Amino acid sequence: MTAPPDDCLARNDWICGDYLSTRRQILLDAVGQHVQLTVVSVGLGLVIALPLALLARRRRWTVGPVLGITTVIYTIPSLAMFSLLLPVYGLSATLVVVGLALYSLTLLVRNILAGLDGVPAGTKEAARGMGYGPMRQLLAVELPLAVPAAMAGLRIATVSAVALTTVGAIVGYGGLGNLIYAGMNAYFKAQVLTASVLCVLIAVVFDLLLLGVERLLTPWRRAGRSPRPARGRRLPTASGRRA
Amino acid sequence: MSTPAAVWAWLTTAANWSGENGVWHRLAQHAALTFACLVLSALIALPIALTLGHLGRGGALAVNLANVGRAVPTFAVLVLLLLTPIGRHEEWPTIIALVLFAVPPLLTNAYVGMREVDQDVVRAARGMGMTGVQLVWRVEAPLALPLVLTGVRIAAVQLVATATLAALVGGGGLGRIITAGFNLASTPQVVAGAVVVAVFALLMEALFELVQRLAPARVRGRQR
Repeated sequence: MTAPPDDCLARNDWICGDYLSTRRQILLDAVGQHVQLTVVSVGLGLVIALPLALLARRRRWTVGPVLGITTVIYTIPSLAMFSLLLPVYGLSATLVVVGLALYSLTLLVRNILAGLDGVPAGTKEAARGMGYGPMRQLLAVELPLAVPAAMAGLRIATVSAVALTTVGAIVGYGGLGNLIYAGMNAYFKAQVLTASVLCVLIAVVFDLLLLGVERLLTPWRRAGRSPRPARGRRLPTASGRRA
Repeated sequence: MSTPAAVWAWLTTAANWSGENGVWHRLAQHAALTFACLVLSALIALPIALTLGHLGRGGALAVNLANVGRAVPTFAVLVLLLLTPIGRHEEWPTIIALVLFAVPPLLTNAYVGMREVDQDVVRAARGMGMTGVQLVWRVEAPLALPLVLTGVRIAAVQLVATATLAALVGGGGLGRIITAGFNLASTPQVVAGAVVVAVFALLMEALFELVQRLAPARVRGRQR
């Protein structure tokens, strides 16, 4: 009879190199699913939020209802949200994507609207004076100037979505959340810790990527004065986080 | 039976509301947990925020805490705590995770509220010979109250939502109706549970909205 192996897997350590090497493929698959769910849902949110924000700006009376409804959606707990969508989408990745997209709406609509409202009236007049039509003014002047505020919302929405995706484990599509859920039931410490750390890493990487995109989209902010990233400029006052 | 009808049937069955696993019991658990954690988080966050806000230090801490908080999945923290020795005490992982997630909004809002107090007023109070403690209690804290209360509101609503996740790690609360529904493969129960949870969260939000509307203008502050 052979003695039981005395490695970190057998000892059930929190940190375990053998876990990383033997379950590499499982981890990579989970990360892939996690990233895919996050990107698709925030992308979907953006596709819905932009027209909503433009509509709210064009027809002022729609601001109240649009912000009201998206805020109410934001209040619904994630577990309940995924469960409420169950009869519509069944146990599918679509269910998680739709749920997360709905959450991102509040942050995106609010921030895009704030960005558009923040365009100085003088700038718009100058654009009109130069003969810009409404469409060209929107695309060439107002939307670019709204980018910093919109990107702030997009970054918060993305980071939140990475964290929230884990709850999708309840329907089997939670990316790294699946590993955390399975690790909990099997009392597998290394798996839970590794998956949790990877979640945070994904969020940080996305945040940095979006920060880079923001800088690329707003070259004028770097010209002249010393560069100063948007971070820390606005204190997060009225924004809670999702759970 | 179509899903909405089945959900309605579940919700209108008296047996589903009574007993250990009934809605009323779960609701009481949920409310008790939320309230206890709100009080605990306020006791931790507010003294720190008022002190740092008064001294004018820790702005970076407040902002970073809020940012880091977003990136950490609540569910992961719950499971991690469950697997540590703390997990042997049934309620503790949930309470610790909930408090961890309610502290950042409380801290950030109270800190910002303290910093946004008109500095002329602070200087005038100092000129009148107020000590630091008097300044905090009689001038800064009352003026910061609207934002402090906004923080409490965010924390409370967030706690209601997070307490739902406790069910995933075997804790009590309304989320249990949903997870039990999944275990029974009963879609009507899952959806009915979700409806109850969502209604409770929305009622909490509405309650705070109402309180803020009815509060005197001084407490209400400017609407955000």
